[in-house]
Amino acid sequence: MKFLEKFNFIFLVAGLGLLVTAFITLGLIPAMMTKSLGAIDYHPTEIPDNFTKHYSTLEEYEAALYKGRDIYVKEACWHCHSQYVRPVGNEALRYGPVSTPGEYDNSLNLPQLFGTRRVGPDLSREGGKRPNDWHFVHLYNPRDVVPQSVMPGYPWYFDKEKNPKPEAVALVAYLQWLGSQVEQTGQPVADGE
Amino acid sequence: MNSNNPQTAGRQFPIYEDLVKAHFIAAIVYSLIVVLSGMSYALQFLNLYPFPGVELLSPGRVRMTHTMAVAYGWLANGFFAILHYVIPKLTGYATFSKKLGWICFWVFNALVVLSELMILAGFGQAVEWGETPKELDPLIAIAGVLAVFNFLAPIWKARNKSFYVTVWYITAALVWLPLVYVMGNFIPQYWMPGSGGAAITSMYIHDLVGLFVTPLGVGLVYYLLPVLLKKPVYSHALSLTGFWGLAFFYPMNGAHHYLQSPIPMWSQYAAIVASIGIHVVVYTVIFNYFATMQGEYRKIVSSIPVRFIAVGSICYLLTCIQCAIHVTMSAQEIIHFTDWVPGHAHLVLFGTFSFWLYAWIYYLWPRIFKTELYSRTMCEWHFWLATVGVLVMWMDLLAAGVMQGYMWKNLVPFISSVEATKPFWWTRALAGTAILVSEFVFVVNIYMTWKYRRQAFSEQKLNEPLTRSTAPESGK
Ligand code: HEC
Ligand code: HEM
Ligand code: HEM
Repeated sequence: MKFLEKFNFIFLVAGLGLLVTAFITLGLIPAMMTKSLGAIDYHPTEIPDNFTKHYSTLEEYEAALYKGRDIYVKEACWHCHSQYVRPVGNEALRYGPVSTPGEYDNSLNLPQLFGTRRVGPDLSREGGKRPNDWHFVHLYNPRDVVPQSVMPGYPWYFDKEKNPKPEAVALVAYLQWLGSQVEQTGQPVADGE
Repeated sequence: MNSNNPQTAGRQFPIYEDLVKAHFIAAIVYSLIVVLSGMSYALQFLNLYPFPGVELLSPGRVRMTHTMAVAYGWLANGFFAILHYVIPKLTGYATFSKKLGWICFWVFNALVVLSELMILAGFGQAVEWGETPKELDPLIAIAGVLAVFNFLAPIWKARNKSFYVTVWYITAALVWLPLVYVMGNFIPQYWMPGSGGAAITSMYIHDLVGLFVTPLGVGLVYYLLPVLLKKPVYSHALSLTGFWGLAFFYPMNGAHHYLQSPIPMWSQYAAIVASIGIHVVVYTVIFNYFATMQGEYRKIVSSIPVRFIAVGSICYLLTCIQCAIHVTMSAQEIIHFTDWVPGHAHLVLFGTFSFWLYAWIYYLWPRIFKTELYSRTMCEWHFWLATVGVLVMWMDLLAAGVMQGYMWKNLVPFISSVEATKPFWWTRALAGTAILVSEFVFVVNIYMTWKYRRQAFSEQKLNEPLTRSTAPESGK
């Protein structure tokens, strides 16, 4: 059994072999099954009504979605908010339809933003839940609309008159977009695997 | 294991002690960033955030600096320091080149500092444990490869030996580190979106702690413990089982970070089975440690490094009992997404791996400066504050997590669960304060040891025991 203690065997089998095997079986194959080997470029097809006053062309709106996503990333919103609804824990009742792989295959989910912690609620079905103005006030100072909230405020995305800067509008455009990719698979599943 | 003898070793082949010192100093500086950023972020949960409205210190960004400082600042530098000491001792060869060692030190640490600053400036990447900006990732990967090359060269030179268990762990961890880093930081960022990306990210989350922190931590304790106790490890067969079990099961664990997500169900179940498999590994390691300590338990009281190893091992056992529970689907339904998970993370990364690192620093620091530890009393304060702090934080977050999980399942308004958790977050802040104070005590003690080194040196004949706290192993 001495080979188990030698450099070459450890290097090749433990170091390379087992890691690569795990990567293929539990990384690549699941990704192939969910068809997420490459991202589909996402282009919105219309500007939602509540943003026509901010964006006049589709290109502007599209750029805003990506910019909003980038702000979501750089402020680490994803460390406090998850983006998937599980089929357990009554989550379908609280948040909406259970997540399916298909809805995440687009370039706005590169990198994916599933998250592992919910200090605040899941946001994958946030679009349309609240009006834009609520989001602006909430982003400026969450305690203004939810007194017990522990979410940080983001006043630097607002100007001196507390009007949203383009960044804040872009972030809210992204938040209102979330959930628009849900597949219409019928009734939400209430509880069960 | 003759080369373990601290008296003969270090004279025959070069150990670049300056590099050991430099990496330790870097690690210790980052450890202060860890506790300060952790504390600031914990205050956000009480709406007492110290810098509200400051864009560059936005809480979310500070949270990313917290975990980055843990992984790349504190733990990685600590491990590199010890590797610079241990590898020459175990292989009989120096690391590839001293110059390369220094280049790696400066480049790596410059990149870590730059990462932290860029995260604060808004360049954080949305990959958990890989928040280092994507612009810097290629450079970090290169620096990593260079460091790995530097460390593997002596092991390669001695490749015909049958190595001691520590070297197995080091070898494997060093091969894994660059591969894992590249996989986690590039594939989900540029290639795979959504659930495929999540399958890869989850492997990365797990591999960074499971294939970098764990093997190095465990392997290095396999070295330090017998040296401290001056007796061989209890069982060779157990250390073989532990190592190969880790190599086999750990890489398959990833998906347990995204259970009940849109990742294919069979791979989630595979991850759960592999996670249960891990327990074989963990229990063999813990059993081996404690069986080695058998008959020497009094040293847990008398020797500070032995005590940190023992308590760290107990925390390891606790975590693993906990994780056998939370990796099951039925527990996941409740505790996933809750404070339970940070509870687990603090117990294992602070209570276990940081404690083992403290043991190493308390052992090695006086040794390389040929002096005595400045104050045993401060060691005691450090130990007790840190232990009480982490255990309170752990139990507190566990309880908070279970409560949150059931409140969510019972469809209570979300904000009520936030309100109900506030007392727990207060407790965490208090426990965090204990950890923060302990960390400062530790740093002051280490600094004073350095500052008064010459004095102690001149008063002490070289052959006498090196320090009071490590006395048991240094008499000959
Ligand atoms: C410290 C953790 C934390 C961070 C960081 C954070 N949030 Fe929140 N968020 C919360 C909490 C807690 C709530 C629930 C209380 C409330 O509604 O304010 C919440 C609620 C929300 C809601 C309301 C959800 C609903 O429908 O009730 C939205 C939208 C939101 N956050 C968006 C964001 C965005 C965008 C960011 C990043 C710029 C962010 N959050 C960063 C903790 C956080
Ligand atoms: C002053 C003491 C500390 C405080 C108050 C503190 C606080 C925090 C907070 C509030 C979080 C975020 C949890 C969440 O997302 O809900 C966190 C995360 C984390 N901290 Fe600390 N921390 C402290 C010290 C440390 C130390 C010393 C370590 C390890 C060496 C550490 C390791 C971690 C890790 C690994 C995470 C990520 C957890 C996860 O993603 O689930 N912390 N900490
Ligand atoms: C022994 C077996 C272990 C098992 C079965 C296990 C299981 C888990 C699971 C299931 C989670 C995800 C929890 C959730 O999000 O719901 C988790 C998170 C975590 N584990 Fe472990 N764990 C083990 C050991 C370890 C060790 C040894 C370390 C550290 C070296 C570690 C560090 C972490 C960290 C840091 C997280 C938080 C990840 C994040 O979200 O950032 N775990 N663990």
